[in-house]
Amino acid sequence: MLKLRRAAAPYLLNLPSWAWLVLFFLVPLFAILSLSLQTGNSVEGFNLTWNFQVFPDVISEYSTQFWRSFLYGVLSTVIALVVMYPVAYWIAFRGGRYKSIYLLLILLPFFVSFVIRMLTWQFILSDEGFVLGTLKDIGLLPQSAHILSTPSAVIGGLAYDALPYMALPIYVALEKIEPAQLDAAADLYANPWQRLWRVIVPLSAPGIYAGVLLVFITNVGDFVAASILGGPGTTMIGNIIQTQYVENANYPVASALALLLMGTLLVGMFLYARAFGANKLEEYV
Amino acid sequence: MEAATIEPAVESARRRRRSRPPGERGRWALTAYVIAVFLYTLVPIVVMIVYAFNKAPNGRLTFAWNGFTLDAYRNLFAIADLTNALVTSLEVAALSTLIAVVLGTPAALAMTRYRFHGRGVADAVILSDIAAPSVVVGASLLGLYVTFGVPRGFTTILIAHVAFNVAFVIVVLRARLTGLDQSIEEAAQDLYANPWVAFWKVTVPLIMPGIFSAALLAFALSIDDYIITSFVAGQTLTFPLWVYGAVKVGIPPQVFAMGTLIFVAGAITAGAGVIAQRTRSVPGS
Repeated sequence: MLKLRRAAAPYLLNLPSWAWLVLFFLVPLFAILSLSLQTGNSVEGFNLTWNFQVFPDVISEYSTQFWRSFLYGVLSTVIALVVMYPVAYWIAFRGGRYKSIYLLLILLPFFVSFVIRMLTWQFILSDEGFVLGTLKDIGLLPQSAHILSTPSAVIGGLAYDALPYMALPIYVALEKIEPAQLDAAADLYANPWQRLWRVIVPLSAPGIYAGVLLVFITNVGDFVAASILGGPGTTMIGNIIQTQYVENANYPVASALALLLMGTLLVGMFLYARAFGANKLEEYV
Repeated sequence: MEAATIEPAVESARRRRRSRPPGERGRWALTAYVIAVFLYTLVPIVVMIVYAFNKAPNGRLTFAWNGFTLDAYRNLFAIADLTNALVTSLEVAALSTLIAVVLGTPAALAMTRYRFHGRGVADAVILSDIAAPSVVVGASLLGLYVTFGVPRGFTTILIAHVAFNVAFVIVVLRARLTGLDQSIEEAAQDLYANPWVAFWKVTVPLIMPGIFSAALLAFALSIDDYIITSFVAGQTLTFPLWVYGAVKVGIPPQVFAMGTLIFVAGAITAGAGVIAQRTRSVPGS
């Protein structure tokens, strides 16, 4: 009896959270699969007609926004990686006893509400705000110069928002490097650059992998940066899904787009994992 | 004889290499760069804090500076809808954190202490829940609600927030529990504490710091979430939803004042956690 209880224990302990995740994360994915294959309208209702045609239709209609989302996602991820790698390196190897305080500094933007973070960039980058306004006043920029509603503003906003997500996993990976390994490289006459590129960077690869993955997925699906900092020419796939779903109640199209986004990202993730061979993602999130 | 002459030469070459650090100038450049990034990440926070003191003609902030005032703090709760939205956000955050901890803690315990079937699947589901783009999570949950005709409101927001928080709670807690010494609990049982007493008197105090950081993260994620909430909220407004809605018509300074207060509360709590950890991790020094 006791033995049976012990055997059942892990399942009983897991049951509540599994039930919640199955009901409110997995089942909904099937719900939108069903919704995407329905036809009809929000007034007369929708019927399941197995309309697979919806997928090629939305791909051809929204391919621009798809490509744009992936482009913005790639660019903002690369920027965040290039900006934050040296910072994570510095905290891990030069942080000394104040490491946790530097990490907290990196995390501070988290305590500002996400929408407000984006909104402050609207204030900073606005045509008459203190950056552009000052540059225009001293004649460094023409009066017509603007950043808001350009792709740069959206990509910049996405990259800014990604900085902490990128820094943390890389820092965790760098932290695990044994100083003895660096000494060994030095003893083998590796110069500082070789030590960085042939020892430190490869050893921190799992952190880079995790950071890139988290940031890329988050940014590809984002629509807040595009709608607060962007303009008509910067619409991302997230904007389309949100508008079609919440404002137009066009459930089939929005569901199909969401599934396509999820599917593309899953395939991308799989290929990315095969290419880089990291499978210990959970250690870094 | 030969070895005796070579060795000092190697030794001195090694010493020379070590005593001449990899570019003193490069080191300073890196530090300067890191300070610049720290400052850059703080810019939006400073803008939020400062603009809360900007005079707002017609109750809406302008990008230009109109003079210093404390009005936003004096009339912090003057906008009833905004106050209600903030209260809703706090309620959802508190409740979803509580539920996620209650659901997630047993799962984290099971995952660190038992071997069981389906573990790999559970890991994959938890990771995809964390990694899935918010727009897909939100859209699919709305798909579920639409399919079953569930009216959207407070409860549907709460369900969504628990669904993403529970995965984060499990991951954070599991990381903390892995390092925990189980022999203390076994000692308690050896001393004839019954399992319940051992659990409440030994295990719970041991895992409390982990639960604290998991809860802090869950609370922060919940109060911050815009994208998922925007799908499942119906007519109910949370703080981020209200702010987003106000972007088009102009932001009242109260938004930045409330944002500042949330920021200060979050930063102080996290800072206290860091300090508590630092003092605990260096006993007797």
